[in-house]
Amino acid sequence: MNYQLIAPEILLAFTASLLLGFGVSKTKNRAPLIRNIAIGLLLLYAVLGFVMGSQTGVAFKGAIIADGFSHYVKFFLGVAGAGALLLSKNYLESENLDMFEFSILLMYAVLGMGIMVSSNNLLALYIGVEMQSLALYVMAAFNRDSLRASEAGLKYFVLGAISSGLLLYGISMLYGFTGSMNFGPIADSIAANGATSGVIAGMVFILCGLAFKISAAPFHMWTPDVYEGAPTPVTAFFAGAPKFAAIALIARLLIGPFGGIEDQWQQVIVVLAVLSMVVGAVGALQQTNIKRLMAYSSIANMGFALVPLAAGGEAGIRGMLIYMSIYVITVIGVFACILQMRIRDGMVEQVSDLAGLSNNNRALALILSVFMFSLMGIPPLLGFFGKWFAFAPAFTQGFIWLGIFALVMSVIAAFYYLRIVKVMWFDEAEIEFVKAPQSLRAISSLSVILLFVLILPFTAIPAQSWIAQAAASLF
Amino acid sequence: MFENVPILSFITFFPLIVALFLMFIAKVSRDNAKAQIEKNAPMVALLTSIAVFILSFILVLQFDASSAEFQFVEDTQWLGGGIEYRMGVDGISVLFILLTAFLTPLCILGSMKSITKRKLEYMVAFLILETLMIGVFCALDLVLFYLFFEAVLIPMFIIIGVWGGKNRVYASYKFFIYTLLGSVLMLAAVLWIYGYGAANLGTATTNIEVLSRDLDIPAGAQTWLWLAFFASFAVKMPMWPVHTWLPDAHVEAPTAGSVILAGILLKLGGYGFLRFSLPLFPDASVSLAPIIFWMSVIAIIYTSLVAYRQHDMKKLIAYSSVAHMGFVTMGIFVVNVQGIQGALFQMLSHGLISGALFFCVGVIYDRMHTREIAFYGGLVKNMPIYAFFLMLFTMANVGLPGTSGFIGEIWTMIGAYQYSPWLAAGAALGMILSAVYALFLYREVVFGEVTNDKLTDIEDVTRNEFIILAPLALFVIVLGVYPSLVTDITAASVDNLISNFNAATGQG
Repeated sequence: MNYQLIAPEILLAFTASLLLGFGVSKTKNRAPLIRNIAIGLLLLYAVLGFVMGSQTGVAFKGAIIADGFSHYVKFFLGVAGAGALLLSKNYLESENLDMFEFSILLMYAVLGMGIMVSSNNLLALYIGVEMQSLALYVMAAFNRDSLRASEAGLKYFVLGAISSGLLLYGISMLYGFTGSMNFGPIADSIAANGATSGVIAGMVFILCGLAFKISAAPFHMWTPDVYEGAPTPVTAFFAGAPKFAAIALIARLLIGPFGGIEDQWQQVIVVLAVLSMVVGAVGALQQTNIKRLMAYSSIANMGFALVPLAAGGEAGIRGMLIYMSIYVITVIGVFACILQMRIRDGMVEQVSDLAGLSNNNRALALILSVFMFSLMGIPPLLGFFGKWFAFAPAFTQGFIWLGIFALVMSVIAAFYYLRIVKVMWFDEAEIEFVKAPQSLRAISSLSVILLFVLILPFTAIPAQSWIAQAAASLF
Repeated sequence: MFENVPILSFITFFPLIVALFLMFIAKVSRDNAKAQIEKNAPMVALLTSIAVFILSFILVLQFDASSAEFQFVEDTQWLGGGIEYRMGVDGISVLFILLTAFLTPLCILGSMKSITKRKLEYMVAFLILETLMIGVFCALDLVLFYLFFEAVLIPMFIIIGVWGGKNRVYASYKFFIYTLLGSVLMLAAVLWIYGYGAANLGTATTNIEVLSRDLDIPAGAQTWLWLAFFASFAVKMPMWPVHTWLPDAHVEAPTAGSVILAGILLKLGGYGFLRFSLPLFPDASVSLAPIIFWMSVIAIIYTSLVAYRQHDMKKLIAYSSVAHMGFVTMGIFVVNVQGIQGALFQMLSHGLISGALFFCVGVIYDRMHTREIAFYGGLVKNMPIYAFFLMLFTMANVGLPGTSGFIGEIWTMIGAYQYSPWLAAGAALGMILSAVYALFLYREVVFGEVTNDKLTDIEDVTRNEFIILAPLALFVIVLGVYPSLVTDITAASVDNLISNFNAATGQG
C-alpha cells in the first residue's frame, strides 16, 4: 500500500496528537507556540498533496482515495484552517480563552474534513464526518462561561447528532441494498440493478445528513444560533472549511456511487438549492447582528453552490469548486473585518455599530465594502465570476429556470449586503473601534487583494486549468 | 499612430490607476500630508480627466471613419473558456468615449466648490466611474461588457448615497436594485448565449463580433433573450414604465452625479440596444418593435405631461430626459438610416444638453440651496449671462432648429415616418409638449418679478461655471448647424449595422 497517498492525513494526525501531549505535559501556557506550529502544519497540509507529486490512487483497500479533486479541496481546507487560527490569536487572548486545545481541535477538525473529501467508502465517510463534527461541537462551546456559546455548542451537538443518525441510517440502507461499503462496487451494483427504492431511500437519507453539514435549507435551523453564539474566529472557520468539505463530499457521492441515478438526486439537490436560496436571501433581510446575517448569507451561498451541482457534469463540478473557493476566501476576509469591530469594552456585533465607519476607518470600510459587493456578485469583483461559472452549467444543461431563480435571489440578497455598505458610508458615526492588530488587518487586506488578483489573465487561466483537472479527476 | 499601443486600455484604465494611486498615497502618508492630498485631489483628478479627453480626442482624429470595422482592437486571453479581454471601437462607440471624456472634466470642475466633505473619495469615485464608462463603450466581449456595465453601479451608488440630498438612501437603493434586477436578467441571457454558442459554434466564445456574425439563434429563443436584454437596457435608458428610479436618483444626486447620470449612463441603454439587441436578435427586434414604439410614444407624451407638473427643477429635467430617450428608442427600432443616425445623434446631443441643464440647476442650487421652481423668479435681472445660457439650453432641449436637439429629433421622426406616419405624429406631439414644460420652467425661473428677497443680490456665473457652460453651449450650436461632424463618423458603422440587420431578417 502506498502510504504517500494519505501522507497529509498521517502528518496531521501524528502532529496534532504530539502537540496535544506537548500541551498537557507542562503547566505553562504554551498556546501561542502551539498555535504557530499548528498554522505551519496546516499550511504544510494544504500543499503536501502537491509537493509529493500529486499522487493519485486508493489506499486501505479502497477506503481512502487521493485524486486531483481531494488535493484541490484539501488545499483550501488547510488554508482556511490556518487562516482561522491566525484570526483567533487576538480574539482568544483578549477574551481570556487562549488555551492550546483550540489549535489542536482545529487541527483535528481539518483532519476529519480531509478524510471526508478523501473518503471512498461509506465508513470512512462517516468517520470523517464525525471526527470533524466532534471537534467543531467543542469549538462552538469553547467559551464555556458564556451562556450563548454553551447554547450554541449544545444546539449544534443535538442537531448534529440527528444528522449523524440520518446519515448512518442512509448508509445502512445503502449497504443493505447494494452489498458493499466501497463507492466503486456501489456504483456497479446501482448500474446493474437500477434505482431500487431502497437505494433511493438510502441516498436521500445520506444527502439529508450531509445537507445539515452544509446548512442547506430545510436543514439550516442551527446555523444562525450557532454562528451567533460561537466565538467569532470559530464562526469564521465554520463558515468556510466545513462547508467546502461537506459539499465536496456530496459532489463525490453524486458523481461516484450515485452517478447512475442522476435523475433521482437531481431533484433532491434542486429542492435543497431552491429552499436554501430563498431562506438565505429572505431570512437575512431583518437581521441586525452581523454574525447572524453572515449565517443566512452562508445558507444562501450554499444554495448558489448547489446550483452547478444540480446541473451536474464536469462543468458543474468545476463551477462548484470555483464558487466555493471564492466563497472561502471571501468569508475569511469578512470575518477578519468583523473581528476588527472592537471597542474598548469588547467586541460589538451589530450592523449598526458599523455606522460611519468610512469616516473613522476608511481602509476597513473600503475592504468590507469590497467584500459585500463581491458577495452580491457585482463585477469586477471575484464574486461575480463565481456566479458566472456556477450558474453557466445550469444554463447549458437545461436548468435555465434554476439559473434565473438563482440570479433573482442574488438580487434579493443584494439588499442586506447593501445595507452594510449603506451603514458604513451613509450614516453618521456613533462609536469608534480601537485600532486592530496588524495580523487582522493583514488578512483582510490580503483577501481583498486576492479578489482582484484572481481575475487577471495570468492568474485566472492557470487557476482555471488547475480546477478543471480537479473536476475531471472525479469522473 | 496607435498601431502597437494598447491605446483603448490606456484611455480606459488611466483614471483608475490615478484613483488607486490617490487612495494609496492617502493611506500611507502621515496626517498632515493627508490634508494636503485631500486638498489637491480635485486638481489631480481634473488634470487626469483632461489628459483622458485629449487622448480620446486624438483617438477620434485617428479613427478611420470610412471603415465599419472595429478599430484599435486589442485581444488577449483572459478567463479562459472563450472569454477574452477584447477592446475596440467602431463608429457607434467612438463618439461616446469622447462624450464621456468631455463631460467628466466638466463634472470634476463643477464639483470643486460644491463638494465640501470627503473630496478625496469623491474624486476617486469619479475617476473610477470614468474608467468604467469608457470601458463599456470599448468592450467587445460580452462578459467584459457586462463587467463594466454592471460595475458602474458601485461608484454611482456611493456618489448618490454619500454626497446626495436628504432622501439619498432611498434614491441610491432604488437606483441600485432597479438596475441590478434588470442586469441580472441580461446576465441570464448572456449565460444562455454562452452555452448555446458553445454547442452550436464549435467553440465557446463571448466575442461580440463572432456572436453577432455567426450565431443563428432560433426565433423562439430570440424573443426571450431579447426581452432579457431589454429588461436591462430599458431600465438603464430608462423607458416608461421602469423609469421611476430616475427622478429620485437625479433629485438626490449631487450636480455632477446628475450630469453623468443623464449624460452618459442613460446612453448605455441605447448603446446596448444598438450593439446587442439589433445584431444578435434581429427577428425578435422586428416582431417586438411595436411594443417599443408604444412604450416610446407613451414615454414621450406621458413624461412630458408629468414634467410640466413638477415643482423641482431637477425632477422636471429628469422627466424630460425620459421623454427624449423615447425618441432614441423609437429611432433605434425603426431600423433605417435616418432613425438610427438620429437616435445616435439624439443620444450625443442629449448628453450635452441635459448635462448642461443639470449644471445650470447646480449653479443656482449652489447659491440658494433649493431647487423649488416657485422659489425663483426674475433671475434675468441679476444673472444675465446665466439667463443666456439657460435660454440656449432650454431651446436646445425643446429642439429649436440650429441647436443639436433639433437634428436628433427631426431625424428620428423622419425615420419613424417611414415606418408609420402615426408613430411620427405621436412623437411630434411630444415635441410640442416639450416646449410647454421647458418654456414654463424658463419663464418661472428667469422672467417676471424678482419674487424673493434672497434673490436680489444673487451672483452671476463665476469663471469656473462659465468655463463649464461655454464649451457645452459651443458644441450644442456647432452640432446643430453642422451635424456632419457626427454623422460622417457614424455613417459607415450604421450602414453596416442596417445591412446586416436586413440580411438577417430577409428584408431589403
